Amino acid sequence: MALTTTRIAKTLAGSLVRSFSTSRVVAANQLIVRDALNSALDEEMERDETVFLMGEEVAQYDGAYKVSRGLWKKYGDKRVIDTPITESGFAGIAVGAAMGGLRPVCEFMTFNFSMQAIDHVINSASKTFYMSAGMLHVPIVFRGPNGSAAGVGAQHSQCFGAWYSHCPGLKVVSPYSSEDCRGLMKAAIRDSDPVVVLENELMYGTAFEVSDEVLSKDFVIPIGKAKIEREGQHITLVAHSRAVQLALEAAGALAGEGVECEVINLRSLRPLDEEAIVRSVTKTRNLVTVEQGWPQSGIGSEICARIVESPAFHYLESPVVRVTGVDVPMPYARSLEVACIPQQHDVVKAVKKVLKIQ
Amino acid sequence: MLSKLIKNALKQGQTNQRALAPFMTGVRKAGMATEATFETRPYKLHRLEEAPAAQATCTRDEAILFYTQMQMIRRMESAAGNLYKEKAVRGFCHLYSGQEAICVGIKGALRPQDSVITAYRDHGWAYVMGCTVNSVMAELTGRSQGMSRGKGGSMHMYTKNFYGGNGIVGAQVPVGAGVALANKYLDNNGICVALYGDGAANQGQLFEAYNMAKLMDLPAVFICENNGYGMGTSVDRASASTSYYTRGDYVPGIWIDGMDVLSVREALKYCIDHCTSGKGPLVLEVVTYRYSGHSMSDPGTSYRTRDEIQEVRQTRDPIMLFKEKIVSADLATTEELKKIDIDVRKEIDEAVKVAKTDKEIAVQELAADIYSNPLETTIRGTTPFDPYTHQRISKIINLH
Repeated sequence: MALTTTRIAKTLAGSLVRSFSTSRVVAANQLIVRDALNSALDEEMERDETVFLMGEEVAQYDGAYKVSRGLWKKYGDKRVIDTPITESGFAGIAVGAAMGGLRPVCEFMTFNFSMQAIDHVINSASKTFYMSAGMLHVPIVFRGPNGSAAGVGAQHSQCFGAWYSHCPGLKVVSPYSSEDCRGLMKAAIRDSDPVVVLENELMYGTAFEVSDEVLSKDFVIPIGKAKIEREGQHITLVAHSRAVQLALEAAGALAGEGVECEVINLRSLRPLDEEAIVRSVTKTRNLVTVEQGWPQSGIGSEICARIVESPAFHYLESPVVRVTGVDVPMPYARSLEVACIPQQHDVVKAVKKVLKIQ
Repeated sequence: MLSKLIKNALKQGQTNQRALAPFMTGVRKAGMATEATFETRPYKLHRLEEAPAAQATCTRDEAILFYTQMQMIRRMESAAGNLYKEKAVRGFCHLYSGQEAICVGIKGALRPQDSVITAYRDHGWAYVMGCTVNSVMAELTGRSQGMSRGKGGSMHMYTKNFYGGNGIVGAQVPVGAGVALANKYLDNNGICVALYGDGAANQGQLFEAYNMAKLMDLPAVFICENNGYGMGTSVDRASASTSYYTRGDYVPGIWIDGMDVLSVREALKYCIDHCTSGKGPLVLEVVTYRYSGHSMSDPGTSYRTRDEIQEVRQTRDPIMLFKEKIVSADLATTEELKKIDIDVRKEIDEAVKVAKTDKEIAVQELAADIYSNPLETTIRGTTPFDPYTHQRISKIINLH
């Protein structure tokens, strides 16, 4: 249905202040993302003796970003291993350990450094089950912060969501909230295939309200399923990781103008929850994708392609628009860096263009 | 039939003439030895005081076993080369002919809890680690009876405790160190043997693996199968230091004559002792030779002379040398070895037949076993119109 002035007016008149998340909170617990990851790692290590953590500074330094704080003290040298600065070597070792009977969690201090080891992630880990015709499985987790941080420059700001989600044989998750981090990290460690967990450094300190269920030891989120963070009927916004926050903030601002956005938190990049997106777009008839990574061959590109090939195409009232990082290596200067990452006004503008409103 | 003989020999350990009786009908010689002791070839040591044993004892069963295995690999590789020329094998095919004493000698020392990982010159390794000749050859031609159901090809053969078959030069080495880490972590007394060539010996990730293996005292044996050439580049043109057994620097090393199967075996026994007593990794250099080119696309004569190849064949061939040894020590007669040759040829001929006549797996299986825990049932095809369904077919051999 078209977005008429009457409709907007009605929505404005009847609008309620909504919270950012529509999940019911049974009991209000505050959990910051770092602690969500830390507790997930701790619980999975406690549950299964073959789970261990390796990476640079994960043990005695408590983790470069303190994600593994306290784990070495609790589990010792055998299960929390500091590696030298040799990504190619230690990623290969992690893969071999996974083949040989363990469940390693291999940390890349940031995913930028995973490029030195990407051969092991793809060729040694993700393809082996297939090449061995289902005989040799590699239950490994590669985790670490992904994407842009703040002022770290071009070599430390790349988003690897597109590259890793491109490859069959891998599972790729990109959590946003504390709930996502806990549930997806646990799911990743329990999964019998290679999983890439793309965290976000700037989210590590963010607090979220979580239910008691989220805090339970067996709280697992299914890999490959998105979450509707906010329901809406006028347009769908699809995002992953930190961009979900951006989408929610834009949705909040747009709600004040009578535009109700449905915000989908992808949670996983591979498998991509195409069904959730199609269902939403069939309802709202408009779509804007939001990501921090580069535009070419990005997550938004994939979503567009899938929508075009799906029944949802015929429900679209407007072409899909992607909001992405700017197509340049990340500059250092603060104002330039800000301009390179999508901001609230970019999402709002895209929504208004798609909905053809001022 | 021949494989059954090998199984029996392995099971029995000590000589049991009766088990070999049906095989030896008519060729039994009076006074045949049940075992003999030979001198091993001299070793060179790096940061080690003690060398592997100066003498190797070989039982009659072992003699038959090693000879049979080496001959099987030789014939298998020859057949593989022919299949390639007939275009029944596509893509890559890297032959192990000339290097047989290495995989046979090493396997002769390994225990059930030990693992092996190697690169793409893996047909001989797949065989000694337990893949049948049929499954190796059918994998080369991409048929359903292949070890990897035809989905892997020449470079991707696997079996229990054999982690392939790896196509990326050098990648198998840190992965092998990782298997050793699992051995140590799980306290299963196993070691992992990670092999690589003289070409791969310069890869950075090897040194990263040596470093971590040494720091963590991993039960890893890194072995350079030095056949003198990395594709078309001789060792002198590729390596500033060709003393590959010293390249681990702070990791002790041993240089071994890889044409003598018993010397190789004794060296590995030594390594197993060393690694399982918590002394950490070792770097071995096993000097050998490959008769073929790097792969079937390489005639192998543009960067070395035919004379050189001939010289090795005539004076250092590992099978010839072992044959002379065991015959002169009365462990076997030339007649029974000839019979083994015939049986080997028969088994290979059978395998070639299977490799040529077996069919490929159903096309639908291209979507099988992508994940051990598939989350999606549909796999996209070349267009969105004809998706495949993900199936799980094989049993996982490293389930945990």
